[in-house]
Order: sequence, then structure tokens, then C-alpha cells
Amino acid sequence: MAGSSVSVDLSQAMATAPVAAGDWLVVAPSLITILGGSLCLMLRKNTDLQPKVGIGFLGLLVLANLALLIRVLDHGVITMVMGSWLPPFGIAFTVDTLGAMLSLIGSVVAFCAGVFGAATIDNTGRRYGFYPFLLLLMTGVCGAFLTGDIFNLYVWFEVLLISSYGLLVLGNDRIQLDGAVKYGVLNLVGTNLFLIGTGMLYGIFGTLNMADLAQKVAALEDPASGTLATVAALYFLAFAMKAAAFPVNFWLPASYHTPNVVVSAVFAGLLTKVGVYALIRVFVLILPASRGYLSDVISLVAIGTLLTGALGALAQSEVRRLLGYLVIAGIGSMLAGLAVGSTLAISGAIFYAVHSIIVMTALYMAAGVMEMMGGSYDLRKLGGLYQKSAAFAAVFLALAFAVSGLPPFSGFWPKVMLVDAAFSDGRVWLGTAILVSGFLTTLAMGRIWIFAFWRGGPEGTPDGQTAPVTAGTAVSEAQLSGGAVWLPLGILTALVIYFGLQPEWMLELSTQGASGLVEPLGYLRSVFGVQG
Amino acid sequence: METGVVILIGLFFTVAVYLMLSQQLVRMLLGIAILGNAVNMLIFTNGRLIREVPPLIPENLYSPDVVTANPLPQALVLTAIVISFSFFAFLLVLAFRAYQELGTDGVNEMRLAEPEDDQTPPQGY
Repeated sequence: MAGSSVSVDLSQAMATAPVAAGDWLVVAPSLITILGGSLCLMLRKNTDLQPKVGIGFLGLLVLANLALLIRVLDHGVITMVMGSWLPPFGIAFTVDTLGAMLSLIGSVVAFCAGVFGAATIDNTGRRYGFYPFLLLLMTGVCGAFLTGDIFNLYVWFEVLLISSYGLLVLGNDRIQLDGAVKYGVLNLVGTNLFLIGTGMLYGIFGTLNMADLAQKVAALEDPASGTLATVAALYFLAFAMKAAAFPVNFWLPASYHTPNVVVSAVFAGLLTKVGVYALIRVFVLILPASRGYLSDVISLVAIGTLLTGALGALAQSEVRRLLGYLVIAGIGSMLAGLAVGSTLAISGAIFYAVHSIIVMTALYMAAGVMEMMGGSYDLRKLGGLYQKSAAFAAVFLALAFAVSGLPPFSGFWPKVMLVDAAFSDGRVWLGTAILVSGFLTTLAMGRIWIFAFWRGGPEGTPDGQTAPVTAGTAVSEAQLSGGAVWLPLGILTALVIYFGLQPEWMLELSTQGASGLVEPLGYLRSVFGVQG
Repeated sequence: METGVVILIGLFFTVAVYLMLSQQLVRMLLGIAILGNAVNMLIFTNGRLIREVPPLIPENLYSPDVVTANPLPQALVLTAIVISFSFFAFLLVLAFRAYQELGTDGVNEMRLAEPEDDQTPPQGY
């Protein structure tokens, strides 16, 4: 028996080298948002200071994520383990290009929403905790993008879910309670399915580290059979529910139009994309054989999602509900990339995710501006907005083109990649569905354009005449006059135009993100190679 | 031992799914609570039910000298219990508020966000 005085070789179980200073950036997004959220919570009653602190921390988050992305591009995949326990024992945060890129775009969107919220969230909403919830939502979103441990991913999902509940019922309207019940119940069932899959995965492999799982799955003789097929099916259903894919998309159109428009904007940008990210991460990195096995199912689900989204949008006369269906149609495009599964398709899906995060948030903000100008979200009651502000009409037109996938805006390039990948893989129906969905989206957006912007006034105005645009209420005029509405909308529209005109940068990043998943050597080496 | 627990978990899932298919919100919530417990037991069983020996390492050894219980599923289940409990509490309050405001706990009657007499969008002007 060894005496207790014998020195132990700790390096077998623990990381002994100190963490490089720059690697602390890996946990910075979570720390910044938790700190900022707590601070805003303490300032709950100080409704003037709270937005400044909240927006300040969100700006800090953008900077931290930018630095993190630059570091990942310079140094490759970065891993940091909690408590210095070597993986697979310690909980690992592993950041690759995909995670860092989505985390950055997500934080840009959250920053814009924080600024927009300064105009649209009144003092009651601030006291009820808009900024704490927004910051804590970002803790969950960034954590989910950056973690390298599948149980940890579940925890981040729950963090963002509980914050989203808080945001969804902010204001306590009857309609919000109705939407929140459906959102809450279905999302909770979804995370429980995710947890079942994770429990079974642990039962099979005895590990929860994503890199370790990827290695152990790849080492199996038949990596798509038996219990793993069950796990894959459970994961697919769970994340499809999160992503609002057909046929488990009902919670999204029921709830996304109920809260304050800036809350809808954040949700439309971020929440469903975290589900898509989890699908891509799990099915391309950990269970690639199951993805191949399920690819026909994913393909059918993608076609269904593309068509229900676009057709649903055509049937709506309320702008926010129409946009909710367009979120679903966008999810279908990303699923199409997952169904094909080649590097081109996955990078198309990643690029589309980035595009969709930006454009959907911007469109919901634009819907909010339409309501401030025209006094309604209903297409029947809107009209004459082009006379009121030609610049805003141009912004809306750019966003409408982008979401329909028309050049020269950001939606065009990922759609080209996805259609190309689908046709070259022989999935003619899938490629056609993407194109048809884009066409129907153009019709739905064209309808908003014609009714809200192009015609002279609300329903009842004779053709060719211009009804005087009803002056907005004092509240909405005050909201519009400040920069807090226009700055975020401007930033997001500028990004949409920039990614449309200069797509090389995004193409390179998303290709790098996709190839890092398809051939995860760098990922595995980062987790196991450094000290092991 | 494991077979017995697995059958019990199956029963839990059956009851949970049956309750969640109900139209009454209260029953659905009870179903969700049972579902959470079923999932917790499933994780626990997946860590193998070995012995009731606590995972303690004797003072002068570096690893336990007998087969002990697996501590990791306990940590996972503890996390999951905390989360599902808090969500259940939130949903209970939400359901009660919805019942107060909407006057019903039947999910088919909750049509405020998506009204039944929805007009089709205007076709032209």
C-alpha cells in the first residue's frame, strides 16, 4: 500500500500548465452576461441607469466574442476545462470557428436588441427585468455555442429557456399568457427528450464530452445501429422541436407575435438557431453515421418545413405572424443543408443561419417601426408608409429581398450553396423545395410591401389617392424620433447588404466551420492533444 | 434489479404520455412532472445500478478498492431535478395565471393568440 506521503503525478488527471491569458476568452461571454445580468437585476428599480448598464455589457459581450473569434482563427480550436480536470473528466468548453462565429453574430443581434429595447420597453418592462432577462438569455445562447460537453449543452439550453419565459410574459397581457403556455409546455417536452437521449448516450459510452463521444462512436463497428439509432431519433426530434421544424413547429406561430416586438426580434433571431446549431453539432460531429442513416427523413422534414413556412406566411395578414412563419421557412433551408451533409451543404446551412439570425431580427424590428408609424400590425390598416419615410421603405425592401434569397443581399449566397449542394447530391425535390419556398416568400414579402408601403393609405382609400397618414400617438412619435430605433435597424441592414456584396469573408468562415465538423481532427486534438 | 427499474420507468413514461395527451392544462402539467421523474430515473439507471457502496476512497489509496456506486449520474440527476422542478413551478404559476385571464384550462379553447375567425389577407386594393 502506498503511503499518503508519496507524491502523486497529477498531470495524468489534471491540466498542470496555466491557462494562456487569451484562452480565458472562452468563458468570457458567459461571465460577462452573468455579471451584467446580476448587476441589472440589482438596478431593477433604477429604470434610467438600467438600459445604459445593460447595453454596456452587451457591447462588452460583442467585443469579447470578436476577440474570441480572432483568437480561434489564429490559434485553431481552443479548449478550456473546468477545475483543470483533463477531458473527458472535466467539463470542457471547446470553441471552434462555428461556435465562435455564431456566438459573435448572436451577441451583435442582442446588442442591437438592447438598444432597440431602450426605445420600446417602457419603465414597467424595465422594472420587470427586460435587461436582466436579455443578458441571461445571452448567457445561455453563448454557452450553448461554446460548450464542448453534451450535458452542459442541456444546461445552457435550460438557462436560455427560462430567460426566454421571462421575456415572453413580460407585460403580462392575456395574449402573452396564451402564447407562453404553448411555448412553455412544448419547449419543456423538447428539452426532456434531449435529456433522455443524453442519458442513453451516457449509458452506452460512459462519457459526455463531445470530442470523446465522437471518437467512441467512430470506433464502433456499426455506428448507426441499435441503441444509437434510438438516441439519434430522440435528438433529432428534440432539436427539431427547438428549431420549430415541421411537424413540431406549432408553438412558434402561436407565441412569437405575442410579446413586445423587440422580444420577438431576439427570439426570431436566436432561439430557433440554437436548435439548428445543436442539430448540426450533434449530427455532423458526434453521430455522422446516424445522419447518413436519417438523411432521407431529414430531407422530408426540411421540405415540409420549407413549404409550411412559406405557405403559412402567405395566409397571414398580421405582419408579425407572417414573419413567424418566415422564421420556420428559414429553418427548412438549414435543415436541407443538414440532410445533404457534404461540406458545401453544411457551410451553406451555417451561412444561412448567420443570415437568418440577422435578417429575422431586423425584420421584426422593421415590423415594430411599421407599427409605430402606421399604428397597426394589420395589413388592412397599414398603408402610405412610403410617403411617410422613403428611407425606411428602402430598408424594408432590402430586408425583404434578403429574406427571399434574392441578390444582391445576404440571403442569396447561402441559398445558392444549398440548392447547388442539393442538386449535386441528387436530391432534386429538396432543391426544388428551397426554390419554391423562396418564391412564395417573395410573394408574401411583396404583399407587405404593396399594402403597407406602396398603396396610398389604409383599406378604403381610393386607388391612386393618398390618405393622410394618421399621426402616430405621442408615445410612438417619441420612440421614432430617438436614434434608439434607427441605429440597430441600420446596423443589421448594413450587415445584410455587406454580406450580400462581400460574401467572401462569410464564405470562408462558414466553410472553415463546416470542414472543422466534417473532419474533426482539429477539434479532437484541441480537446485531447495538448496535455495528453 | 435493473430490469425491474426499467419496467417502472416504462410505466412512468406511459402515464406521462397519457396525461400529456389530455386537453386539460393541469393534467398536461402533471404529465410533464412525471415525465421529468421518468427521465431522471432513466439517467440514474443508465449509470448502472451496481451496489449501495458509497464511492469513497480509503485514506491510503488512490482509487476505491471495491466496486462502488457511480457518482456521476447522481450529479446529473441532481442538476436535472433542480431544473425540472423550477420549470414545473414556473409553468404551474403560468397555467394558473392563464386560467385566471382566459377563463379556461382547456387547450383547445385557448385561441386568443391565434383566433379561429382569422381573416384571410387582403387580395387586392
